[in-house]
Amino acid sequence: MDTLILSRIQFGANISFHILFPTITIALGWVLLFFRVRYGQTGDMKWMDAYRFWVKIFALSFAMGVVSGITMSFQFGTNWPGFMETVGNIAGPLLAYEVLTAFFLEAAFIGIMLFGFSRVPGWLHTLATFLVAFGTMLSAFWIIVLNSWMHTPQGFEMIDGVAHATDWGAIIFNPSMPYRFAHMIIASGLTVAFLIAGVSAFRWLLGDRKRDVRMTLKVGVAMAAVLIPVQIFIGDIHGLNTLENQPQKVAAMEGNWETSTNVPLLLFAIPDEEARENRFEVGIPNLASWILTHHADGEVPGLNDFVAEDGTVMHPPVAPVFWSFRIMVGTGLAMLSLSWVAVFLMWRRRHLHQGQIAGHWLAVEGLPKLVLYALVAMAFSGWLATLAGWYTTEIGRQPWLVQGVMTTAQAVADVPAPMVLGTLLTYLAIYAGLIFAYIGVVVYLARKAVIGDTPSFPETPQSPKAIVPALQPGE
Amino acid sequence: MIDLFGDPAIWLPFAFAALMGLSILIYVVLDGFDLGVGILFPMASRVEQDRMIGSIGPFWDANETWLVLAVGLLLVAFPTAHGMILSTLYLPVFIMLIGLILRGVAFEFRAKARSEHKRLWNALFFGGSLATALAQGFMLGLYIMGLDQTPETLAFATLTAVFLAVGYSFIGACWLIFKTEGALQRKAVRWGRESLWGVILGMGAVSLASPFVSTRIFDKWFSWPEALWLSPLPLVSGGLVVALWVLLRRMPFPGDRKAWVPFTLATTLFTLAFGGLAYSFYPYVVPERLTIYEAASAPESLLIILVGACFVVPVIIAYSIFAYAIFRGKATDLRYD
Repeated sequence: MDTLILSRIQFGANISFHILFPTITIALGWVLLFFRVRYGQTGDMKWMDAYRFWVKIFALSFAMGVVSGITMSFQFGTNWPGFMETVGNIAGPLLAYEVLTAFFLEAAFIGIMLFGFSRVPGWLHTLATFLVAFGTMLSAFWIIVLNSWMHTPQGFEMIDGVAHATDWGAIIFNPSMPYRFAHMIIASGLTVAFLIAGVSAFRWLLGDRKRDVRMTLKVGVAMAAVLIPVQIFIGDIHGLNTLENQPQKVAAMEGNWETSTNVPLLLFAIPDEEARENRFEVGIPNLASWILTHHADGEVPGLNDFVAEDGTVMHPPVAPVFWSFRIMVGTGLAMLSLSWVAVFLMWRRRHLHQGQIAGHWLAVEGLPKLVLYALVAMAFSGWLATLAGWYTTEIGRQPWLVQGVMTTAQAVADVPAPMVLGTLLTYLAIYAGLIFAYIGVVVYLARKAVIGDTPSFPETPQSPKAIVPALQPGE
Repeated sequence: MIDLFGDPAIWLPFAFAALMGLSILIYVVLDGFDLGVGILFPMASRVEQDRMIGSIGPFWDANETWLVLAVGLLLVAFPTAHGMILSTLYLPVFIMLIGLILRGVAFEFRAKARSEHKRLWNALFFGGSLATALAQGFMLGLYIMGLDQTPETLAFATLTAVFLAVGYSFIGACWLIFKTEGALQRKAVRWGRESLWGVILGMGAVSLASPFVSTRIFDKWFSWPEALWLSPLPLVSGGLVVALWVLLRRMPFPGDRKAWVPFTLATTLFTLAFGGLAYSFYPYVVPERLTIYEAASAPESLLIILVGACFVVPVIIAYSIFAYAIFRGKATDLRYD
């Protein structure tokens, strides 16, 4: 394999590993703020118990995100010097603003958020939680701005092969940015919703009946049920936006070779790029046309339009985009069914809620074991959908690095292939080990919470001044 | 603004070089002490180790952010230099990144994983800190040698790698003197005394080597009257080393007096050494090959970052000081409540 493909795999591996953790922290920060504010309002210890459990997972995810993010900023230079040399005048300020406005904010206040509860007044601890959540989201905003600009560049002119900014408003609010940003934020919300629901279901199955588990299980499932239809809607309009700006990507997502009307939605196919056709097609007639144009006889672009006269292929590799898209949508549909079924069951048997009948819309007791097991199995489904979605959009941009401006091949560094292979294999080994350790620790923390670590006195609300039980040092 | 400062193609690159220099300096001092604490880690008992983590836990995330800012500024302000330097330093950068990853996550894992695994995460915390320091020292050495890779320059870089790691241990020990008490503080005083030699040898080696690698640097330091203006730099550094030596032989003082002094002196010493290096290499960003003026991005892009930086950097410094102030005083074990 040559340096280009190895560097691409390496960057892909790094950024895939990285995105797993911001996907958790972006939304988990807001959930923690919610817990913190509710504790401040009610003084009920179940909110603080939930905060203290989930803030540990936040801290762990945050650290994973920071260290893998540092790797990204160096790899621009070590592997992709051509990127900054060509579009540095645009990418540079966006990255700089990310570090200056967001990264420092999160990093400075996370110390207070994690370890400051007993050192600072309650309002300051809440404020620190807010600033970390806000910083994380702002960080995502700047990164998405740059990423979206690479898909739908505007507001610049090329002088001697180097991009120069002409209109920062147009650069920041480029056509695909609002859709991509919303899609990513909701994706983070869903990832966290299923993680919270899955971990809480796991604790429930192990016999943990503490009030905070009951609450987080309901919050997780309800959050998922609310967000998933929103995500499907945003995904749809994002797709229409892509159809307008990057038709070759949509053609690859649909596996459609010839521009035509009445295009079926393919449920299964094996795209064959040599023969330029699909094998073993199974599809629903007219549905792709209907989804993309809202008319059964609407025209859907085909991949063959993106082959130059001399045979140069200017569309993305078809199979990875086609399949990533199906994995994302499939996971989304599974999320929809599970969360709605779970909410329905908890609502139907809401009278089972222990102790209090009135005032509770949902009862965890309504969930059969099967649904609880399914929630555990889906705990990390957000990661799968997010990665599949990013693969769809990023592989879908190929062979361009910046759509219409420069190709990926133009940016790669002249590092010997064996060296890249060596570093790539090391990264892969470390990342595999760390993901394994991360999931292991999440499971361990959940188990530990079930047995030891008795939180507040169960079933009795506490005043805010109640003594907070101490955790073990270094926990 | 442009009337005031003349040609933006001149002052903008300078402003960015200054900003980048400031970030690197803050990084070296701040992450220097927490990397140093990591390097000293195996020499402490298990209880002391938790206390050492407590002394850096609330800060390390923000400390590392200065590295991201520094490399970010290099990336955005001097993109050509960023590519040249980082693709030449491919392997040491890789080792540093692996080190940073391992130590950063070990921080969290050692406190949260099951206790049988704590030993593994402690080892990775130490190993990651050491690898990071060595890789940074190696890069510094190669940079001073003009990024050439010959057996001699590699040997020199190996030396600077060791010296920087010892130097970080030194400032780490000074931080521990400031933030801890009792037996651990006494140990830290000893560690500080024992690692001071690394600082002396490292600064000496760099001071001697850089003028001999480049006649340009030699002329900058040893021509009249510049030599006169520059003489306070080595003299004050020498004075600081002597003061540190005397202090570290006598500390700790009763009532914890002057516990903050070694760290302050060490920071001053690092600042002076850094200033000397910056003076030597200006105006080059890639030694003897590329000046900051040749490597700079388009002025309009730099201006938009600078305007933001003028507002934001003071705020960052303010809330960083605030965060340090909240966790002032002797370190305690970290708790989430």
